[in-house]
Amino acid sequence: MISIEEFGKRWRAREISSEQATGECLQRIEAGNPRLNAFIAVLADEARRQARAADRELAAGHDRGALHGVPISVKDLLDMRGLPTTAASRVRDGHVADRDAPAIAHLRQAGAVIVGKTNLHEFAFGTTSEDSAYGPVRNPFDPLRSPGGSSGGSAASVAAGMALASIGSDTGGSIRIPAAACGIVGLKPSFGEVSCDGVVPLSRTLDHVGPLTQTVADAALLYHVLLGDVAAVAPPPMPVSGLRLAVARPYFCDLLDDEVRARFDEALDRLRSAGARIADIEIHHAADIAAVYMHISFADAAAYHAITLDTMPERYTEPVRLRLEMTRYVLAEDYVRAMNGRDVLRREVDAALAQHDALLLPTLPIPAPPIGAASVPVGRSSEPVRSMMLRLTQLFNMTGHPAISVPMGHTAAGLPCGMQLVGCRAQTDALLRVALACEIHVKGELTQTA
Amino acid sequence: MSVDQWLAVSQADADRRGLPALKPLLETLARMTSTLRAADFNERADGSKP
Repeated sequence: MISIEEFGKRWRAREISSEQATGECLQRIEAGNPRLNAFIAVLADEARRQARAADRELAAGHDRGALHGVPISVKDLLDMRGLPTTAASRVRDGHVADRDAPAIAHLRQAGAVIVGKTNLHEFAFGTTSEDSAYGPVRNPFDPLRSPGGSSGGSAASVAAGMALASIGSDTGGSIRIPAAACGIVGLKPSFGEVSCDGVVPLSRTLDHVGPLTQTVADAALLYHVLLGDVAAVAPPPMPVSGLRLAVARPYFCDLLDDEVRARFDEALDRLRSAGARIADIEIHHAADIAAVYMHISFADAAAYHAITLDTMPERYTEPVRLRLEMTRYVLAEDYVRAMNGRDVLRREVDAALAQHDALLLPTLPIPAPPIGAASVPVGRSSEPVRSMMLRLTQLFNMTGHPAISVPMGHTAAGLPCGMQLVGCRAQTDALLRVALACEIHVKGELTQTA
Repeated sequence: MSVDQWLAVSQADADRRGLPALKPLLETLARMTSTLRAADFNERADGSKP
């Protein structure tokens, strides 16, 4: 599977056409989607038409930039004009979007070819992509396991070569978690940079839109297109030697699967060997992260879903319906306490980054869990899947810092691991430059087994 | 309202609404609420700290 960068070189050298690359993606969807269930809607005819148009434009000398002619997928949470936005829920039956979300409009301006809309955890309210009106998404590395979520279909589509990249959303880790579980790159930009208009919300103060890609360079290209910078070029990497990196071990490294811990420590060793300086730091209120996050995200979700929970509860999948009902019990006073806690955590992450180029931590403390598992073994204990999946990512949705998950090798069973790099607020490009420098050192050998 | 009082009221409400499966989830939320209320960033009208 070629990256966006590689496709662009070969396309402009007339070694491959967009129609050919798109056709190959559509063939992989036809062959693999019955097994992986990554797509809710495949837009084969329209994608072929867009690809032929891109080829004609290039032949006529009209090159729109890095995304031109590139086959990509889109999470079915973003509005595309004339199509349903299902959010993987029967609650949305009958919906048809009357306009493109701004993120989609930017993709179209850039000449991207949209091959389909991907499956997800219903209403993005979950991290495993198993509760969907369209059935569970399966992990390309092991179909008995979750691809992570909620952008599970997006990650599976990229990992399985059904698209060169995808667009997802991230409210507590929903881009980074599936990226790590599927061995690809996932970027949550700094809060507010990429428009969330036309995106079904989970929590408007926590939601982010961003790319899932095969490489950091591709993530940079797609990020800029999502900002409206159609003629984007990837920024240059920072030199690894002299990078000032920080690891927060208390809380963030307390509960890690043994193999994830080993891959993380090995990656840190490689970065040190390459000349990076890595310091230990602490986020003092880290133990409060889950409680603060829960009360904010729940209150927001309750406001959005209250009416449909009352009027059409049977249209939700039962697990999501029950958890959404739980959100309605958060008290206003506790929501305000959580918002105060959020400010404290934001200041602590700002302070941790004041003297460093990026924070480093695993993206997921565990490899992809089996579909249907409520708990997983971590060391000598058994931990709830849901809290483990969110444990290392949700902080940065609350604080708004940009964060990217980069592949970090795999377990003995061949399941991918990911390292998360976190940068200063409103400095996503600087984070991307750090990630470009670190990517090769963080990445281990990765072989797709299924 | 204390967390214990809130949990009792919420679980009774879940029963009344025919949602007994909600009760263990509310216990999880109650644990999180206790953690939140115990955090030292909370403010009190008398100026004391949790």
